[in-house]
Amino acid sequence: MALLQIAEPGLSTVPHQHRLAAGIDLGTTNSLVASVKSGLAETLTDDEGKDILPSIVSYQENTIAVGNAAKAHSISDPQNTIVSVKRLIGRSLQDIESKYPALPYEFCGDENHPSLMTRQGEINPVQVSAEILSTLVERAKLSLGGDLEGVVITVPAYFDDAQRQSTKDAAKLAGVNVLRLLNEPTAAAVAYGLDSKQEGVIAVYDLGGGTFDISILRLSKGVFEVLATGGDSALGGDDFDIALVNHILAQANIARPLSASMERQVLQQACFAKEQLSNADKVSISLTLEDDSNFAGEISRATFDGLIKGLVAKTLRSCRRSIKDAGVSVDEICEVVMVGGSTRVPLVRSEVSNFFKRQALTSIDPDKVVAIGAAIQADVLAGNKPDNEMLLLDVIPLSLGLETMGGLVEKVISRNTTIPVAKAQEFTTFKDGQTAMAIHVLQGERELVEDCRSLARFELRGIPPMTAGAAHIRVTFKVDADGLLSVTAMEKSTGIESSIEVKPSFGLEEDDIITMLKDSMSNAKEDMAARMLKEQQVEAARVHEGVTAALAQDGARLLTSDELSAINIALENLLTTSQTSQITDIEKAIEQVDKITATFAERRMDSSIRTALAGHSVDEV
Amino acid sequence: MAVSMTPAATERVRTFLTNRGKGIGLRLGVKTTGCSGLAYVLEFVDQLNDDDELFTIDDVNIIIDGKSLVHLDGIELDFIKEGLNEGFKFTNPNAKGECGCGESFNV
Repeated sequence: MALLQIAEPGLSTVPHQHRLAAGIDLGTTNSLVASVKSGLAETLTDDEGKDILPSIVSYQENTIAVGNAAKAHSISDPQNTIVSVKRLIGRSLQDIESKYPALPYEFCGDENHPSLMTRQGEINPVQVSAEILSTLVERAKLSLGGDLEGVVITVPAYFDDAQRQSTKDAAKLAGVNVLRLLNEPTAAAVAYGLDSKQEGVIAVYDLGGGTFDISILRLSKGVFEVLATGGDSALGGDDFDIALVNHILAQANIARPLSASMERQVLQQACFAKEQLSNADKVSISLTLEDDSNFAGEISRATFDGLIKGLVAKTLRSCRRSIKDAGVSVDEICEVVMVGGSTRVPLVRSEVSNFFKRQALTSIDPDKVVAIGAAIQADVLAGNKPDNEMLLLDVIPLSLGLETMGGLVEKVISRNTTIPVAKAQEFTTFKDGQTAMAIHVLQGERELVEDCRSLARFELRGIPPMTAGAAHIRVTFKVDADGLLSVTAMEKSTGIESSIEVKPSFGLEEDDIITMLKDSMSNAKEDMAARMLKEQQVEAARVHEGVTAALAQDGARLLTSDELSAINIALENLLTTSQTSQITDIEKAIEQVDKITATFAERRMDSSIRTALAGHSVDEV
Repeated sequence: MAVSMTPAATERVRTFLTNRGKGIGLRLGVKTTGCSGLAYVLEFVDQLNDDDELFTIDDVNIIIDGKSLVHLDGIELDFIKEGLNEGFKFTNPNAKGECGCGESFNV
């Protein structure tokens, strides 16, 4: 029999129609699932009482092992055991190989859609993530006693469209409906109920096992805007362990290289010491050395603090940079949320609190806080809260736009616009009789195409032949609640349209996004100059094109040979000048062509009026 | 009229109310729906209605509306764990039949 949960006033469901929903923290190292039961958000445990599921999938002869069952295979069978698949999802092979050159996997598939060769055949990162998701969804179904209405899955704030879409695909493959993808720092803020506060800037400090992320969010009118993200993808609690290992080795006078068993033993002692020192002032450690003798030592909290001080300072430098990028001051930050197991270390807590000049929020288990926030959001989205409960909105992390003539980017939806959103802009043809238009969708803050990230390309065909500039092409950008983009182009007179769902083929590095944002600010002046130059060059090309077409049509008929050669010289000059980067010279050359062709234009006008009027009486006109 | 709760249920209701941060108690009720005619209602209460009756068990307020009361006399609320699933369960001496799921019943 189904067990009952307490509902909000008036929101009891009819039997068999419970709106069950869960939040999933799909992490690099570990994943969790949580749900709201009787108003209380809790992580859900497996039948052994464990809530953390290691994000490891192992492809064995006839079975697929996930989590702890797969962990054992990660050392004995690394090629068939996929660890930290989140680093691979939505990325190109080139990206993966340059960032993680030492991965033990055999890659196959094409450049933009790499997959891994395992004993069960080709497996792509989406399939691996789907295995983790379905394990968690299965656990939630058992725990909640029914099928799920849907789940909220968290992703890093810097995840681009490709990575978000791949995460959604993984959910689809796992057979679960995605209510929303939610940014991890936003989820952490929700867990602390910060979304119900009025306004303010919030910092989310996330120090995990292998990565550090800092996010600066602004909450206004129920919208979490990501002002800046930063961090270090190779700094985390593991580095604390390494510092401790080196310290223990020095104390015990053990020289490297170590045997595998010795390495394990020392690392185990280091992890133990680190965890104990969160509560104790000192901890004893003991090692059995190669010659079977024993080493006994002691590590104090002060020693440990000394060992990791530099690492913690490094995270604070990232914080300072991000605050600067966000354009706020430390005093404006009203809450600091701690996420990630390594924020249990007392030195981290005290240094972060000192840095932000306020007590960091630590009351919710930092390993679970993201999953709990996701569960709370899932509960709202599934309809278990009264309507007046605020629904959280997210924003677009980088502007979306398209390429216009001359390699320029026209922004259609700007950064930090709340989603879902749809915006349309009209464009036109560049050449006479142009019947097709290539749409190149881009993401980024810079003015030139080459500095932004290409998301997709498609073509609108079947535009009726018209003079340049006469066609009205309406391009609509639509971003759904999960931050996924679809672009539609429509020619207004005929209604023909063409569209694309942006499922880009490769991803951006977190650092790339940060760099792109920074570049857009530091290069603002150069970008503007480059834009003006390109615009003049496009204008020059347009004038050249127009005059040449007119000459071909009427040149011989309406111009003397002297006039004709003068115009040709001016056109030649325009062409060469437009290749240079002298904006004023190009402007002058355009002016010159305009001036020299003025008479020609008049004569063409007269001639066409005469043609139009020929054979008509004045009364008819 | 008698309504009772097991200690496990009382403790959980208290926890959930504290966590929610508002609300005066727990509403038990029945509504006419479900595969066997009547279904249980289990909700937080923010304000009392005119026909509500209030019971206090171990400092926890239980609120039942007059119409539901006839069906719920002698009911016991328990909080149990079945496998991974945990939640509240009613034991109702008035119920003559239950559907397989136990979420609805008839009298």
